[in-house]
Amino acid sequence: MATIVPHTRADVEAAMRDDFRIVPAGDAAVIVEFEERIDPLINARAVAMADALRASPQGGIRDIVPTFRSVAIYFDPLLIEHDRLLDRVRALAAVGPSRPGVATRPVRVPVRYGGAFGPDLADVARFAEATEDEVVQLHTSTMYRVFMLGFLPGFAYMGTVPSRIAAPRRSTPRTLVPAGSVAIAGPQTGIYPAATPGGWQIIGRTSLKPFDLERPGAALFAPGDAVQFHAVDQW
Amino acid sequence: MIAGSVFVLRPGLQTTVQDMGRWGFQSQGVPVAGPMDPFSHRLANALVGNPRTAATLEIALLGPELEFDDERVVAVAGAEFALTIDDGLAPHAQAFVVPAKSRLRFNARPRGARAYLAVDGGFDVPVVLGSRATHVSSGMGGWMGRALRRGDRIPLGLASSHIARKRRRPATALLEISPSPVVRVLPGPDGHRFAAEAIDALQSGPYIVSGESDRMGFRLRGPSLRHTRGADTISDAVPVGSLQVPGSGQPVLLMADRQTTGGYPKIGTVITADIGISAQTAPGDALAFRVCTAADALSALIARERQLMAVEAVL
Repeated sequence: MATIVPHTRADVEAAMRDDFRIVPAGDAAVIVEFEERIDPLINARAVAMADALRASPQGGIRDIVPTFRSVAIYFDPLLIEHDRLLDRVRALAAVGPSRPGVATRPVRVPVRYGGAFGPDLADVARFAEATEDEVVQLHTSTMYRVFMLGFLPGFAYMGTVPSRIAAPRRSTPRTLVPAGSVAIAGPQTGIYPAATPGGWQIIGRTSLKPFDLERPGAALFAPGDAVQFHAVDQW
Repeated sequence: MIAGSVFVLRPGLQTTVQDMGRWGFQSQGVPVAGPMDPFSHRLANALVGNPRTAATLEIALLGPELEFDDERVVAVAGAEFALTIDDGLAPHAQAFVVPAKSRLRFNARPRGARAYLAVDGGFDVPVVLGSRATHVSSGMGGWMGRALRRGDRIPLGLASSHIARKRRRPATALLEISPSPVVRVLPGPDGHRFAAEAIDALQSGPYIVSGESDRMGFRLRGPSLRHTRGADTISDAVPVGSLQVPGSGQPVLLMADRQTTGGYPKIGTVITADIGISAQTAPGDALAFRVCTAADALSALIARERQLMAVEAVL
């Protein structure tokens, strides 16, 4: 960890540069870990590093996976020398975020809240000690950041949900959550790309497909994207 | 020339089309999938002279019965099923010819858990995001995104060369299949989240592969691994072979169909050279772990690569 108290821009940059560790995860992956918390600025560093690695492709790298606060680099140990990879990763990890926390044009997501589409909206309203409309108002007035994708193809972990409506997961997960369900779990919100069992609080449904093999690139969201939900009565 | 097909008379317990996996899309949440035992998958392909990219059938625990509509050179590697063609015996880990309209049957399985059937020309299912691999839980890739069922007809690629020119390749490279193997692990990436004695506890095993084990991962029962800072972490990428430890202290060995990210600390990672050995354990088998060095991991992988290249080089 950096010990510099940041005053100048150079200090801030130095502090950021020091604040990572590179750990092997087996013999075919290394993980660059930034600070252990969920924070848009830390996530932006992970996304920037993944972008930088992709911008200069190197033989032997099989996959680059940014997560909340880390980047995993999967490689073929027979094609790339471990030390050379580490040198490269170290150099790139020292680079700060190339784009700020939330700056891209938001992806707008139409949602039909409540009723049959959002069976847990009433529970979230009870949690918030608010009306269902107020919950919708809070969910739609926040600009979310896509921190990472995981769980299912196209599933984007977004944050940060206003604390008032940040209801915890259901104590008993549902055996089947319909595709397109918009849900909350604590500070996170997301859209189920496919029908699956799930424990998040379902407050609405969208017609957008977070994952579609017919779409170039397949996934609707990418880490670092900005997302805003808006309420609709019909699709 | 019309490529042939294989008709599924009996599907077996979980028979899936696999190739080396769907790499490059984990940042979209797309799991890698691919063979549980990549070594035996590649060996089967090598034995019939297929390119490394060809798709095989992964055959788990209980084998299928398949009818070929044209004559094909095939090979089976990995778990040692007793194989028959119509009423004759067929060899393990060696190329043989299945005549047109004959039935290849996987019978008793004295050793191992997963076999790979390679057919000259490969299994020709649609390529999804660069791969033919089946990811069972998301229904992606393979044959209709699922394990084979009775009555399926799986298309084959064109046989790469005339059968008469195919040599019977020798089975020079075999995985050491055992019902109680010891596999090597590299510590980490989350060693700092465990009590100091946990890495010794992991090696004091063996662990038993529980019935709740599938292509995503093996739940293991054995010495408990104690966390120091709780079992919840911020979700992070999880390579194949990760030994993820939830609050129970009982590790889960993450396998081919694992999700792209996971939220429990990982005490160690099974080395690439030994993933296939782990995959050859069935529920009820024992699995022990021994810590090794990065240099050990690399030399083990090079040794395996040499074995495979020796088979691939026989033309």
